[in-house]
Amino acid sequence: MELAFGRRDDHDREKRRPWVMDGCFIRVLSYSPMPRHIAFILDGNRQYAKKWNFTDGEIYQRGFCNLMSILRYCCEMGVEFVTVFAFSIDNFKRKPTEVQLVMDLVKEKMDAIIEDMNTVNDLDVRIKFLGRLTLLDESMRKAAEKLMAMTAKNKRLVVFVCLCYTSTDEIMHGVEGLWEEAKNNKGREKIANGLITAGDLEQKMYFANHPAPDILIRTAGETRLSNFLLWQTAFCLLYTPRCLWPELTFWHLVWAVLLYQRKYAYLEKITKRMCGFGVLLCQEHKKQIYSIYKVTLILLLKGGRSMVVESTCGGIEPKKSI
Amino acid sequence: MMEQSVTYANLDNTIELKRKKKKKKSLRRECLLPLSPLILSLLPLQTLNKPWYRHLANEFARTFGSPFHRIQSSMILKFILGLFWYLLHIVVSLVHIWSYVIQQLRCYIISSGLFAKYRNFSLSRLRYLAVVVDSQEAKHTAKIKQLLSWLSAIGVKHVALYDAEGVLKKSIDFGQTRLRDRSAGTCLDGDVNCVTSRNYEEMSIELLSFTDGKEGIAKAASFLCSDHLKNDSDGCGRTETLFTEANMTKALKAVGYYGPEPDLLLVYGLARCHLGFPPWRLRYTEIMHMGPLKSMKYSAIVKALYDFSKKYQNYGS
Repeated sequence: MELAFGRRDDHDREKRRPWVMDGCFIRVLSYSPMPRHIAFILDGNRQYAKKWNFTDGEIYQRGFCNLMSILRYCCEMGVEFVTVFAFSIDNFKRKPTEVQLVMDLVKEKMDAIIEDMNTVNDLDVRIKFLGRLTLLDESMRKAAEKLMAMTAKNKRLVVFVCLCYTSTDEIMHGVEGLWEEAKNNKGREKIANGLITAGDLEQKMYFANHPAPDILIRTAGETRLSNFLLWQTAFCLLYTPRCLWPELTFWHLVWAVLLYQRKYAYLEKITKRMCGFGVLLCQEHKKQIYSIYKVTLILLLKGGRSMVVESTCGGIEPKKSI
Repeated sequence: MMEQSVTYANLDNTIELKRKKKKKKSLRRECLLPLSPLILSLLPLQTLNKPWYRHLANEFARTFGSPFHRIQSSMILKFILGLFWYLLHIVVSLVHIWSYVIQQLRCYIISSGLFAKYRNFSLSRLRYLAVVVDSQEAKHTAKIKQLLSWLSAIGVKHVALYDAEGVLKKSIDFGQTRLRDRSAGTCLDGDVNCVTSRNYEEMSIELLSFTDGKEGIAKAASFLCSDHLKNDSDGCGRTETLFTEANMTKALKAVGYYGPEPDLLLVYGLARCHLGFPPWRLRYTEIMHMGPLKSMKYSAIVKALYDFSKKYQNYGS
């Protein structure tokens, strides 16, 4: 199906795929341990814009649509945490117009979600913004704080949106946290005697008390982390498909999960071995024994209700299935 | 876009309607099953379609249906799921075998010297190379030394060797190698926690382990905080000016855990992950997975370095 701008798009093929296929694949995949936390670096938007002659504004909208699709697939797969590298502190070096476009898009989506909060609460999705939010303007910061407060009780899927984030800045945030504690006379002796451990520092970071990612997916075939989750990805599988971010599909996710399942035993073994070396964010994997009654899919004929999220590039619409 | 959403909404509505019709048909069938033919023959046909009757029959089937039958069907379903899962992974294995064959062919072509581009490429962008090795494979010191001699032959000047458990620091003894050992390291040999470095045929080698990463940063953080506690007794220093990344770099140098950022990181192991390489040094490093150390090839290293020389980084801008 042609888009309004007269260009054929892979997104349409995604929409035409019958929902039964997704459900079947997810059910089969769930036979083995599934990843609990997947992180995404959304690379390749500008290359996609050049390839399909999109303008900057259009491509970021397109990228957002794909993000919604990916979040839906993650939800269906039973993934509990998704981290998205939305905006890096290094991205402030870009053209001011481009930076303003991204910020306007984020603000627009935040406002849309706040207006449609019942939908988000029905989906049981929690949104957390991580990063140096003081670099955002006041209206964005307030919207982010409001959104985090309104979704704080949701548990099914936690989406970490990294805004104004770099891993080195996160480490410095941890150091600042230790310093604040020391100023209030908590842990002063520990600091004075040089007894601060990696665990103490981790407790003050943005990702404190959350499991480390199991898979990190960076699109556009780039093989670097670009100052993202350097501390948390010690034993995380890195997957770098060549497709650009708007071209990332359900099948890429399936492939990533299959690769993860092949390496699961090895990653578990080295994580457990290194736990004795002070890895606080040990991946708390348990062997998940799935039965058909644990999978929350559209496919089942028995009762229950599962929500499917469709993106229309203008907001989030819930669609109820049986 | 709005038209598309409306079209897809219509599609979904029709699919839902069809699903509901199928459910009604299956419910009718279920209703008929638990009842004996005698009762069926007594009741008029209209009664069978009444909703109260259908609900009653459904409840009857659910309560008095055989539990063994249900367990058996779930076991069969689990078996079928498992079968499909194994088939899926067989497909993945076949894809991996195919890509392994392609890789071996490529390595053979590179080592035959057919393509001049793999013989004449510039290493000017590669100032520092890091190699991550799985700790179990790091015990094969002969392989490690062979790898280092290959890197030296290619022209790499500075190498950091990392394994998570510090096996390399304990096992590698450059004194026993055939190649010349220029100078001794700066730390005591028995001290596992110390970063040791050797000069190896005009190539400097740094040995790292997991403790040089997160624990090193924790020590630098402790140094930074204690330093500021001493100097800022009034508590009026602003955290933004005290705790900058530049100050952290200085603190890492002060506690002895500083090192340059590698441009390229080669991972020798079963999975593509950096196994805890020092996070402060990994910001913009290209990470390439080379497979297990036991099947390492010279031409694979050449290919990795060639691919690195073609990479472009914009550092976020």
